[in-house]
Amino acid sequence: MAQTIEATADQAFTHGAGSGRRVINIQPITRIEGHARIAIVLDDEGNVADTRLNIMALRGFEKFIEGRPAEEVPRIVNRICGICPWMHHTASNKAVDGCFGAKIPPAGKKLRELMLVMAQINDKILHFFFLAAPDFVLGPGADYSVRNVLGVVKAAPELAARVVKMRQAGQMMIEKFAGKVIHPVAVVPGGFSKPMTEAERQELLEKSREQLDFAIFCLNWAKKNVFAHLDDATVRLGEITTGFLGTVDPTDGSLNFFEGVLRLMRPDGSYQDFSHLEYAYYLGEHVEDWAYSKFPYARVWGEGFSMDPENPKGIYRVNTLARLNVCDKISTPLAQAELEEFRSRFGRPAQSTMLYHWARLIELLYACEKVVEHLEDPEITDPHVRNPVEPKAGRGVGCVEAPRGTLIHDYSTDKNGLITRANLIVGTTHNVAPMNMSIRQAAQSVIRHGVVTEEALNRVEMAVRCYDP
Amino acid sequence: MPVKVASEWLNSCSGCEVAILNLGETLLTVLPHLEFVHIPVLMDHKYFGQRGEGDLHHLEIPQATVGLISGGIRNQEHLEVAQAMRRSCEIIIALGTCATHGGIPALMNLFDNPALLERYYRTSESTDPHDPPADAVLPPILDRTYALDEKIQVDIYLQGCPPHPDLIAEALTALLEGREPRLPDKSVCDTCPTIRLGKGKLKKLHRFTHNAHYDPAKPLSEMHCLLEQGFQCLGPVTRAGCAGLSGEAPQCIRARVPCQGCYGPVRKDGNQLLDYLNALASNRIDVHSITDRATVLEFSGAHGLLKRRAAGK
Repeated sequence: MAQTIEATADQAFTHGAGSGRRVINIQPITRIEGHARIAIVLDDEGNVADTRLNIMALRGFEKFIEGRPAEEVPRIVNRICGICPWMHHTASNKAVDGCFGAKIPPAGKKLRELMLVMAQINDKILHFFFLAAPDFVLGPGADYSVRNVLGVVKAAPELAARVVKMRQAGQMMIEKFAGKVIHPVAVVPGGFSKPMTEAERQELLEKSREQLDFAIFCLNWAKKNVFAHLDDATVRLGEITTGFLGTVDPTDGSLNFFEGVLRLMRPDGSYQDFSHLEYAYYLGEHVEDWAYSKFPYARVWGEGFSMDPENPKGIYRVNTLARLNVCDKISTPLAQAELEEFRSRFGRPAQSTMLYHWARLIELLYACEKVVEHLEDPEITDPHVRNPVEPKAGRGVGCVEAPRGTLIHDYSTDKNGLITRANLIVGTTHNVAPMNMSIRQAAQSVIRHGVVTEEALNRVEMAVRCYDP
Repeated sequence: MPVKVASEWLNSCSGCEVAILNLGETLLTVLPHLEFVHIPVLMDHKYFGQRGEGDLHHLEIPQATVGLISGGIRNQEHLEVAQAMRRSCEIIIALGTCATHGGIPALMNLFDNPALLERYYRTSESTDPHDPPADAVLPPILDRTYALDEKIQVDIYLQGCPPHPDLIAEALTALLEGREPRLPDKSVCDTCPTIRLGKGKLKKLHRFTHNAHYDPAKPLSEMHCLLEQGFQCLGPVTRAGCAGLSGEAPQCIRARVPCQGCYGPVRKDGNQLLDYLNALASNRIDVHSITDRATVLEFSGAHGLLKRRAAGK
């Protein structure tokens, strides 16, 4: 059964078709976070003439936090995303720290990073196994009624039970220590709301070692059962050539989710590093009439913006593959070994969109190693976790790496510490232009001469799911 | 026979759906009794039926006994999806505070749409100024953010941002057993173990610019009430539930942070701001010491409670 709609241009929810041209709508895009649709316009021969990814929603966080007390904002903006609330919560706190001139005690900073990296673990398990894996375990052409996580549960019950249990355990580790795991409150301007006791550290450390074992299992499982079996067409699905953006440690260029310098890499692998405070000089946001989302691009390259697949301008990507491309190394040994193998096979920068999944699991391994490292540090239990802050006028830019890419929160406050203006660039948004290009490439590779199958359309969506939007 | 379930998300963040997944192994035991027919976060059923057959103005959701809807209603697409869910489902559950009371996105009701579009597309620091997107493909934005029951009939209200997995499990179990779910109906304070000393010394609230006073080595039952410590804790005017159904403490309190009010009002039709002003006044706490009254309604601003330029003192 095909899950599509064909329509003519005079109907609503279509775009860009001349009279008589076929328009195929994939709506909603599924197994992603959020509201979007894909329109594929076919020419008279039934080949792909045009495609678009329409982002359908606009909630208005940047506007409605105006006037709010800045210290309250980190637990308002976490509602931007229920999958990565810790990233918004943390970036927002960093921005408020900047507005108020706050200095963070060492243990407060360590707890912030620990929580952020722990949240990355759960997100990666969720995306790979719950959202992406059905296409690989059941196959891209399986009927939609079984091509989902429930189908995975039936097809591979032992694997599914272990995944569900480990993801749940990861969520409860955070909740037990920090109170709330979805829409957290424990990061506060000036530091963290509570210290970690030695007993809590020991308990979390034991569980984090189980998570590390599980991450090793996941990567080995995926290499053996998924990545080893990808056919050439799938590997090339959605492949485009772009630049990349991610955060690296300023001292040694290693991967860092929590802080560092932003590294913007050109398609040829050359790059420049810059401070997140300068983001608006290096990055710009283009607006199209057909998406509420904006289209960030590399303004500093001075070539403008174009999604023309033959001659893209200003296009860069973020998220897992981007981070592994821009970093010089990974500071933890197991993930570093995986990175070396990955690079030896796919080069630097690797451009295959499907490799986002592989990179995601290498990052899972890094995150688990990093959490163990943090918890082995007894100084994380220092009770001094927050310095008092004073509401005042200022500006702050907070930046972290969210699962879906570089996350920037930029606020200003008035003399009472109320927000006067805010500007955000969130992870998925950086990838809107690349997703549009990958959709075009994928659609052209799977739709020919008017033959449109459900599997073909799911393959187009698979190109989108790589980006975990 | 498994119960058919359809699920949708509207003006929301996916936190409610992640809360469902946080049922963990409980979910695995419930799953065999449920048959999902439509759930965009997990399953590839599309809106317009089989190829070439659908009317693009009539999105189709399969018939189901239970319809779970998270998120409020902010644009035309949300409205059409909500109406389609109502047509297809016997029982509609409003899942989470966005669906029941507007949630955080209803803070948008303090502003009008032109102000949002001007800021977002013309004056943002990183954006090349442009007319707001207006292609016919995009669902028009409604005049404000609505709770679900302002547009469709709702049968069960499951408050919380997100609802505690215990509450979701109770609602699903009750439906399978054909009974009304037994959900908490008191206030967060009723589930809070901290020490209250009674009316007295506090005259003004102050901002959460430093941590609460407590001994981290001691349990919450030895911490002094955060409202009595002078923080804007919304426990008295917020529906209980974040403590779960097995006797935990409220979640923000466990983080030693004042209640933010995320379960909405204690009574479904209550007004958290009016109730809070009353609570403060009856304890002789200066109501003008609230820094930003909109934050007291930041989870329940639908139903006309948050209005343009009504913010602040």
